[in-house]
Amino acid sequence: MAVVLAGALTWAAVGDEPRLKSTDQRITVVDGPKDDQHITLDTTFFAPVRGGRAPAVLLAHGFGGSKDDTRSQAEDLARHGYAVLTWSARGFGGSGGQITLDSPDYDVKDVRQLVDWLARRPEVRLDKPGDPRVGVAGQSYGGAISLLAAAYDSRIDAIAPQITWYDLADALFPDATGKGPANGVFKKAWAGIFFTSGASSTACGRFLPSLCSMYQKVAETGRPTPEAIATLRRDSPASVAGRIHVPTLLVQGQTDSLFPLDQSDRNARAITGAPVRTVWYQGGHDGGDPETSRINGLVTGWFDHYLRGGPLPDDGGFIVTRTGGIDSSTQRVTISAASAPRYPGLSGATRQSVPLGGDRLTVQNPAGGSPSSISSMPGLGLLGAVPSTPATGGLGVDLPGQSATFDSEPLDAPLQLTGAAQVRLRVKAVKPSSEPPTLFAKVYDVGPDGQASPARRIAAPLHLDGTAQVTLPAMDYRFAAGHRIRLVFSTTDMGFVSPARPAAYQVSVESPLSVPVDPALRTPPTPLPWWVWGFPVIAVVAGVVIAATSRRRRPRTTGEADDGTPLEISGLTKRYKNGYLAVDDLSFRVERGQVCGLLGPNGAGKTTTLRMLMGLIHPDGGEIRIFGEPVRPGAPVLSRLGSFVEGPGFLPHLSGRDNLELYWKAAGRGESHMERALEIAGLGDAVRRPVRTYSQGMRQRLAIAQAMLGLPDLLVLDEPTNGLDPPQIAEMREVLVRYVAEGRTVIISSHLLAEVEQTCTDVVVMHKGRLVAAGPVAEITGNDGSVVIGTPDVDRALSVLTSLEGIENAEPYEPGVLVRINGSQPSAVVAALVGGGVAVERVAPHRRLEDAFLALIGEDS
Amino acid sequence: MSDTALRDETGRRGADPTYRPRRTLPLRVEAARQLRRRRTWIAFAVLLLLPWVLAAAFKIGGSPSGDNPNTPGLVTVATTGALNFTAFTLFASVGFLLVVAVALFCGDTVASEAGWASLRYLLAAPVPRVRLLRQKLIVALSLSALAVLSLPVMAMITGIYVFGWARLRLPATDTALPNGTALTRLLIIVGYILVSELVVAALAFLLSVTTDSPLGAVGGAVGLVIVSNIIDAVTALGHWREFLPTHWQFAWTDALQPDLVWTGMVKGMVLSASYAVIFLALAVRRFRNKDVVS
Repeated sequence: MAVVLAGALTWAAVGDEPRLKSTDQRITVVDGPKDDQHITLDTTFFAPVRGGRAPAVLLAHGFGGSKDDTRSQAEDLARHGYAVLTWSARGFGGSGGQITLDSPDYDVKDVRQLVDWLARRPEVRLDKPGDPRVGVAGQSYGGAISLLAAAYDSRIDAIAPQITWYDLADALFPDATGKGPANGVFKKAWAGIFFTSGASSTACGRFLPSLCSMYQKVAETGRPTPEAIATLRRDSPASVAGRIHVPTLLVQGQTDSLFPLDQSDRNARAITGAPVRTVWYQGGHDGGDPETSRINGLVTGWFDHYLRGGPLPDDGGFIVTRTGGIDSSTQRVTISAASAPRYPGLSGATRQSVPLGGDRLTVQNPAGGSPSSISSMPGLGLLGAVPSTPATGGLGVDLPGQSATFDSEPLDAPLQLTGAAQVRLRVKAVKPSSEPPTLFAKVYDVGPDGQASPARRIAAPLHLDGTAQVTLPAMDYRFAAGHRIRLVFSTTDMGFVSPARPAAYQVSVESPLSVPVDPALRTPPTPLPWWVWGFPVIAVVAGVVIAATSRRRRPRTTGEADDGTPLEISGLTKRYKNGYLAVDDLSFRVERGQVCGLLGPNGAGKTTTLRMLMGLIHPDGGEIRIFGEPVRPGAPVLSRLGSFVEGPGFLPHLSGRDNLELYWKAAGRGESHMERALEIAGLGDAVRRPVRTYSQGMRQRLAIAQAMLGLPDLLVLDEPTNGLDPPQIAEMREVLVRYVAEGRTVIISSHLLAEVEQTCTDVVVMHKGRLVAAGPVAEITGNDGSVVIGTPDVDRALSVLTSLEGIENAEPYEPGVLVRINGSQPSAVVAALVGGGVAVERVAPHRRLEDAFLALIGEDS
Repeated sequence: MSDTALRDETGRRGADPTYRPRRTLPLRVEAARQLRRRRTWIAFAVLLLLPWVLAAAFKIGGSPSGDNPNTPGLVTVATTGALNFTAFTLFASVGFLLVVAVALFCGDTVASEAGWASLRYLLAAPVPRVRLLRQKLIVALSLSALAVLSLPVMAMITGIYVFGWARLRLPATDTALPNGTALTRLLIIVGYILVSELVVAALAFLLSVTTDSPLGAVGGAVGLVIVSNIIDAVTALGHWREFLPTHWQFAWTDALQPDLVWTGMVKGMVLSASYAVIFLALAVRRFRNKDVVS
């Protein structure tokens, strides 16, 4: 045997995946009954990514496919650390030779030579010289070769055949009475797809001519010849039953009318002296969910244990996947895996008897076998179409008069059928015929509303004239409580050959339905991802950290200020986020009984100061104390502060009175002075109207009333006379005078000098955030005895004044002189000046505050 | 919470002797402030009218049919009876209407006070900041819960009146659930929706303390939900989508299967609650450090 490396191609995958190297080569093999046929097989070898010598896996493809079908699985296995060889079987893809249906004379010999080839590879681990550590896996056609090769080549260490046959004769000529393929019903639809898929210019295509002519003969008559049975059986694991001794993972599809579950059941029994695990998954030749990642995971786990000595995946000896509901987030059917420690076989761990109703029924076989009922549509799965559900009609048609149905009573409890149910059936031909009566047995689920749907779209055909135990299609199906089990025996099925001659049969069931169950099958709860527990913990920890670390560093309060001072501000500084320095090192005090005016042009920092005073904004430096207590947001001492800052704030949908009442209830204090406050507001009946109907002045008065509700010891009013008319302003002054007379303190901010002058006892002047002046109004604004005399003759005026009695001093003061009088009177001063010949144009009291204030405003404008 | 730590006697130093921080902004006062608002009544009116509008639509347009394979399962069985109609009404409103209602109650609550300027007077009263948030959140969440509950209750009443009582038929199967089971399932569904709206509520609340514009807070929360939905539609993101706040908003349809599937709902609730905790913590932090200049 020679190995020809023809057009070997090496490539390396780039990206984040480990480097994957694969080489294509043609391997020449010799096979045939006489070992005289030289053909080349098209193969691809995937080196294990981790290097060194690794166990090998041979991946076989399904019927009609080629080595390309298994490429992605091969790559996964190579990344997982296996040396992988994929090949196109003889008669397929780029390989030579003809299709021989996994014949021991051909395909099996090919595989043995592939094992020889692997034994020479430096990447492959050897058990002994010439004996590589190797597993074989494949689907369908590739599954059967796995089983056959394991029987013929003892060097194979583990296999994972999927959706494959045990006895091809049995699969193509099934008989539910157990009398074997000679008595079987020809599965014509599947057989046709199987044998004619290779047809091209000739009917037989790449089939071995002897196989092809055998098929043609059988298909013509619909009956198997003994030679055909012998050939098909020889190409089946049935021929080597008892000779397979390697660990085997049997994966069979629940959606498979070609190789139903009974094929894997018999394979499981054919393997001796080695562990066998049986998996029933949702897929199969008819379609269904391929569950690719689950199946590949099981296969890899199997090889990991039996080829590499890894731990055995703890899945039990029997795994059945079951469909649940629809996952709302992915809109896909959820599939869970139930497992049991042991595979119980199709007769189940235990059996449950379910009585069936129904008398002896007569069914008709239509002439020509048409119209025929439909159980499954062979090939649909291959085309990728999934049969539609019974709810929307479609497949699953049983024709009236052509089928006999036998129903159970509604079930008291859910019944999970796992295996093949059995029933004793009696069939009698009404008119004797040369052909034996042919029936197709199916299991239906009948809901409480009477709607019936096939439990699985698989029919078990039978030839029977007389009485026999009938084995129904194997399946895993849950009948809900309240549902009925229905057996249907129809005379036709589209997938099978049925008699062409019209006939009538009497059908009756002679026993209850024997339902296999496996209580050991358990569905482990789907493990929730870690974050289901992790996220709440993370969130709570993060939440505590976020909330608890937020506190600003509060300046430590130093010492005790005297308790009597209503307001003491020291070194107060606030710079807004945009960099604007609103208040800059401001310090002043307000004493009890004062009406203190906070005077400054717009933008002087008055409102910012008041907001800090209310605990609304955080100072960057300095401190505010009210009655000796430092102010911070929510400081309890704020309860002694009443405030009206930067306009009113009311709920527009509530009346004035409701606003005040709800505000007071929210303030958490004792009695309010509602009537007195409302009197101050002077709104009359308007207090019952929603605030949104108020004028600006009404809101203003209501807001001042709200500030005074609790008769606070310190009342802060920001521009309180805005929007008030002169009588109201005068009234407001009265109110404030009375208010401080009771020993309280009021702070009024204003940009109007006149207002401060008229209302306040004390004043604090601010400009650009800084303190300009502070003191009693009389001292700062009042007439301290100085007068400004407007005159063009400054020098003469000064000389006159220096000689005058009762003058403290005199100095030039544009546009004249400033005279500080001490003892004299302005009138006397003016008289003296006039007498001295000085031209007096005007005389005015000198007001330092006004000058300063006007100068400030002038600077801005 | 730090501000409530001021509750002891020494903490009230210098305060008005009748002042009790724990009595500030009582729940009934906050509830009265919110309940008397017109937007509250409009929101409830819309929710209570919706089932009647849907029922009228079915009456005028005829019962939905299952002919169109694209019709969602719940629609095809919507007119079976009151239970199915209730499930459908929830299906129709969870994606947007309930989100808007919850965002409205939770997003508007602080921002509208800032907008009215009443916030500063509450804070200067003084209502401690964390307490203000707590009281407002409790009332906003209660209103949201009431809104979420009012819809199925009204849908049930509408359903009984218009379509009569029938067993809950599950979509895409031929199964009908016994009444006891069906009512339990509906309660589970409503409970799940309540929890799953927490993330919307918390997000709206966070925006509410961040902005002074009620519209910005409500619209921002709804907008972020929409953005999350759009990202969720990008299937290429794979399992990362599982962490989007809206990914599981329809997980409650798992309760409308013959066998109740919990995993989706558990994930959805965990995610919603976790996000909510973070958002609320951020809201507290934000509000406590905030300079109230509105």
